[in-house]
Amino acid sequence: MKALLKSPWVFHLSTGSCNNCDIEILDCLTPRFDIERFGMLLVGSARHADVLLVTGIMTRQSAPAAKRVYEQMAKPCVVVAIGSCSLGQGIFKGSYNAPIPVDEVLPVDAYIPGCPPKPEAMIAGVVKLIQKLQGAK
Amino acid sequence: MKTIVQFLIFPGFLFTAVVGLIASWIDRKVTARVQWRVGPPWYQPFVDMVKLLGKETIIPKGTSAVTFLTAPLVGLASVTLISMLLWLTLLNPGKGFIGDLIVVLYLSVIPAVSIIIGGFASRNPLASLGASREMKLVLGYELPFVLALLVPVIKAGGSIRLDEIVASQMATGATATSLSGVLALIVAIMCMQAKLTLVPFDLPEAETELMGGAYIEYSGPPLAVYKLTKHMFMFALPIFLVMTFMGGFGPSPISLILGLLKYVALLVIIVLIRNTNPRVRIDQAVRFFWGPMTLFAIVAVALAFLGW
Ligand code: SF4
Repeated sequence: MKALLKSPWVFHLSTGSCNNCDIEILDCLTPRFDIERFGMLLVGSARHADVLLVTGIMTRQSAPAAKRVYEQMAKPCVVVAIGSCSLGQGIFKGSYNAPIPVDEVLPVDAYIPGCPPKPEAMIAGVVKLIQKLQGAK
Repeated sequence: MKTIVQFLIFPGFLFTAVVGLIASWIDRKVTARVQWRVGPPWYQPFVDMVKLLGKETIIPKGTSAVTFLTAPLVGLASVTLISMLLWLTLLNPGKGFIGDLIVVLYLSVIPAVSIIIGGFASRNPLASLGASREMKLVLGYELPFVLALLVPVIKAGGSIRLDEIVASQMATGATATSLSGVLALIVAIMCMQAKLTLVPFDLPEAETELMGGAYIEYSGPPLAVYKLTKHMFMFALPIFLVMTFMGGFGPSPISLILGLLKYVALLVIIVLIRNTNPRVRIDQAVRFFWGPMTLFAIVAVALAFLGW
């Protein structure tokens, strides 16, 4: 668990976002923010990942898929919800297509608000999560 | 008993693993610097390994668990063996056996085979695709690689013993100081890039299209074994080229340091190639190896026969 905090590999799952949050996540990998300094890597397969980044409203179609992706991940792992959409459905609130918020489908460990959140905000959120997990240990 | 110690600790598993992980850090750090980033701290690969070992192992439904789990180990064992053979020859000159060059050559295909087996065993369409690409890649690069290795053999007077090749280079200068040697070295570096499945030949794992390819279903310890195999290979294979093309090195401290410098130089070349090239398609890769690379290698062999 201690090693996990030093090398969280990130898998990115969009459950119907407007794609802006996803672009901001990729910004974290750019030279300006460079999260590889903390050992974070973006991986291609949910099996390799330790952190699941969820963006977007949980649409009717994507809810079962998101659940399956979570089940496919090797435990222990954490879930981070990114963007107003995944926190409280944001500008899509009341949409016919988004019956349930993300945290009713997945056990979310950290919420990062913003529409879209800045990369700084994401890094700050993840650092807080790491501190929380360290405190829990 | 002595062999077991040599296999497990020095110069086998433990030594190669530690140096391989450091090599992978150099790879990541140089990559980061090329992209104007800071990059991970030096202990990052070790932390990654510890983390992966502590995670859950998932065996996909409907696969053969035995095949799925032993495939990575096969690759690991063969890389360990390669490294052990190379270092024992380097550290005790004159102690090789006839044909150890060929043994190393065969062993160096086995990691690819283990990826193929693992990919097909994981019962995932993307993994199968990755494995089949790996298979085509092996077909592509083996021919020029063997041809390129013929050059140092010819230079050493037809010897297929690694220690004799190193000794003859020490006597008459490294293979890569001659025209045929340079040509063959270029071919060998390209083949090495493909053997290590690094960009531009990382088709089997192709993160953006195949999401990890053959590794897609692996998690936790088996994934760690695959990663470790790859990092160790990144140490063993350049050493092999240093021995056959760049004069090798002996047990004395100065020549050890020189040898390691040669190794680091090769490593940096690999990393730079990896960072300055986009991934090719599989048909382009095979055409590249069967076309220009094989031609280059044949020319190099012909030149070596003529004594250049
Ligand atoms: S939170 Fe805003 S930026 Fe992010 S997906 Fe929703 S609408 Fe787009």
